[in-house]
Amino acid sequence: MAIFNLNINGKKQQVDVDPATPMLWVLRDHLNLVGTKYSCGIAQCGTCTIHLGDVAMRSCMLPVSQVGNQAITTIEGLSESGDHPVQKAWLEHDVAQCGYCQSGQIMNAAALLKANPNPGDAEIEAAMNGNICRCATYVRIKAAIKTAANG
Amino acid sequence: MSLIKTHFGRRSFIKTTALAGGGMVLGISWLAACKSGTKEEMLAMPKEWFNINGFLKIGENGVVTIMSPNPEIGQNVKTSMPMLVAEELDVDWKMVIVEQAPLNTDIFQRQLAGGSQSIREAWKPLRMAGATARHMLKEAAAQAWQVPVDEVTTEAGVLKHEKSGKSAGYGELASAAAKVAVPKEVKLKDPKDFKIIGQSKKNVDGLKIVTGQPLYGLDYRRDGMLIAMIAHPPTFGMKLKSVDDSAAKAMPGIKDVFTINVYNEGYEKQWCDTEAFNEKVVVVGNTTWEVMQAKKALKLEWEPFTAFSENVQGWGGPQKVTVPAGLENTNDHQSKMADLTAKPANLLRKDGDPEAAFKRAAKVVERTYSAPFLAHNTMEPMNFFAHVTADKAELVGPIQTPEFMEKTVAARLGLPLEKVDIQMTRQGGGFGRRLYGHFLVEAAVISQKMNTPVKLVYTREDDMTAGVYRPAYHVTYRAGLDAEGNLIAFHIRGGGTSDSPVHANRFPAGAVDNYLAEEWRLDTNISTGAWRAPGSNFIAGAEQSFLDEVAEAAGKDPIEFRLALFDKAMKSPVGKDNDYDAARYAGVLKEVKEKSGWANPPANVHRGVSAYYCHDSYVAQVLDIVVVDGKTVIQKIHCAVDCGIVVNPIAATNLVEGGMVDGIGHALYSAMTFKDGTPEQSNFDKYRLIRHSEAPKAIDVHFVQNGIDPTGLGEPLNPPIIGALANALYKATGKRVYRQPFLGEKAMLG
Repeated sequence: MAIFNLNINGKKQQVDVDPATPMLWVLRDHLNLVGTKYSCGIAQCGTCTIHLGDVAMRSCMLPVSQVGNQAITTIEGLSESGDHPVQKAWLEHDVAQCGYCQSGQIMNAAALLKANPNPGDAEIEAAMNGNICRCATYVRIKAAIKTAANG
Repeated sequence: MSLIKTHFGRRSFIKTTALAGGGMVLGISWLAACKSGTKEEMLAMPKEWFNINGFLKIGENGVVTIMSPNPEIGQNVKTSMPMLVAEELDVDWKMVIVEQAPLNTDIFQRQLAGGSQSIREAWKPLRMAGATARHMLKEAAAQAWQVPVDEVTTEAGVLKHEKSGKSAGYGELASAAAKVAVPKEVKLKDPKDFKIIGQSKKNVDGLKIVTGQPLYGLDYRRDGMLIAMIAHPPTFGMKLKSVDDSAAKAMPGIKDVFTINVYNEGYEKQWCDTEAFNEKVVVVGNTTWEVMQAKKALKLEWEPFTAFSENVQGWGGPQKVTVPAGLENTNDHQSKMADLTAKPANLLRKDGDPEAAFKRAAKVVERTYSAPFLAHNTMEPMNFFAHVTADKAELVGPIQTPEFMEKTVAARLGLPLEKVDIQMTRQGGGFGRRLYGHFLVEAAVISQKMNTPVKLVYTREDDMTAGVYRPAYHVTYRAGLDAEGNLIAFHIRGGGTSDSPVHANRFPAGAVDNYLAEEWRLDTNISTGAWRAPGSNFIAGAEQSFLDEVAEAAGKDPIEFRLALFDKAMKSPVGKDNDYDAARYAGVLKEVKEKSGWANPPANVHRGVSAYYCHDSYVAQVLDIVVVDGKTVIQKIHCAVDCGIVVNPIAATNLVEGGMVDGIGHALYSAMTFKDGTPEQSNFDKYRLIRHSEAPKAIDVHFVQNGIDPTGLGEPLNPPIIGALANALYKATGKRVYRQPFLGEKAMLG
């Protein structure tokens, strides 16, 4: 066990955990930030995506010991009240079916648009390919990303 | 307008007052407490709620809470079912809050997610609940104003009496309405008067989903709750031999390690109690990560079991089911299924003289199709919360069959039914997997043993290797054509492990004079169950691929070939019990023919068509493939659907789109295979699901407009698209595909 001082959604947080603990479980079990979801645990599905700085990361394989003082953003911290352009576009297109993967999709899409404000179809597909949606809402996700880019 | 009898359970009218702030007669909902800019937060909450009936309550300020009775697995019932209540209540949707109802068979009927039946079965009961409440409000107004009730009208939550000019909001009269006698009959609206049904209403959980609020079973927590995980045999055909838990028990945060039996010896299983591994090892600890690590430190030995039988209360009554011993292999399954399909099997239906017709046929086409086991792979793995005390079991989590599992849990714990309380969270996918609630039982047994609240969590690997798979299937079709290319004989023989996909009375039965259907089953100890569109998810694609090939052999356009068969089925149907309406079937095909511009396809587009009827809805699809840099790309799908009245178009369209992409993905990429009983896939590195770049570039959805009572959309879309895909791939590449996953035959899609 070791103490880590983390910067999450603009707030200082302290946890006392095994240094190997992935950020996913630090967020979910220790900080009660459950918007970041568990699905595969091996960085294959993107459901657990968070931002480390401005970069999308799979939190299920990111040990807390590697985070240091880098700013972490989770779905709960993406906007004050759900009004990030990507969140608004998701609601406009009514993207979710079961909705479980969507926080990861949104976090990845938000990071994509930060790096590339106006991505083409192929760029969206390449950037989003790591995020599985078992309900297969891919067509709507792409439409929502385009709306967010133009919004 | 139709008059229907009302029916309510004994607990529907328990008085509710002064319960503002989330409390209510149906139990305090943890989910309702999750607020973030949602309607609950933005609307001023009433000081007092008046329970009109168990389906809805009205606050003194006119805010209405409607209970959504069924499990929400992504099929949007949490939004669309309350729309049915709100329509007949005649309330402004903006004033409606939706809450997930807990399991309560006194009030609600069929709290089950399965078979695409939620909307179909709820169509009248939920409208009845809304219409009853509206009637009671009108009675209350009539009494207050001393006017005849027939002169009271409603509009968007306001009661009016035109002659006297009086009016009042529902909230003002809710208290009085709650005391009005329940009518024996109520009038339902004429569909032409619908104001909410047929309008797109967005997901009531939408904002919670995009802001990451707790909604799902895995998000649930309770003070003092421990985390539990299980280890089941890694191999079908094996059971636990020994446990060395010394290292695991000594690890940080670990509270206990022990074994459990999911079901007691001699227990007669319900259909939803399917489970391949009865004895499991349990690790309980403080946090998920600690328990995961301890689980890896277990030293477990497994040994083959001998064949055994168990009692199962199936749909057809009690049965003794024998589970064979042995460590099975995919190659053996395939060769055994090929052998079974090559010889006569159990006769299901025979019309005319098929063999004589085949003998005189000018041309006979025979083709064989197969598909592998599939895992459900809900993105949220199996999990459940349980808190079992000496006299009560409280269970919270994702389950498609709460009504059935309540009985199983009560039997397993030795508690009366009324002492088992099940609350449903939003579910991160279902697809049939959460029909089988052994994980709920496991959570309850673990909590009972630990005497503490527990959340059971499956890892992805536990989930994917636990069984209850879509069976592997194998089917051979034969078609006989006369010299003019007319279909004069049709033969289907098929089966699976250990379920048969043959539906003897489905099309083209009834459209062919000489018809033969046979089935067989191959026993296995790999557990199988319902997987999105069970029984149809393979056979529709096989049939529609085959008909495409037969139409080609007949020298006919594939749509015209099918339409001629539907015409025959309408005008001079063959045999009895034909399980489809040929006019509606032809209707969707004609719709997609027109909307896709079938007669004049765009240049360089390779098209495949399919049409199918299952789970009470009719679907036809045209799939367009283009070849870009030598790679095949799905450019567009045109889809026509006849599911009767469309309740919520934006969500219905979403289900149609997703169902088709799901079907394409599984047909192209997905398979569970076995080596000596061990699944060769246990996570998404080896089990491939369709991804963004592989999805169709565009989808056009057209609903046939009619006034028929609605049917479901969760399942009818994925089966036929596999046929449209195979037929389009043939046009694009010149090669037919017969064995799923198609990508396993040859890399065909870019």
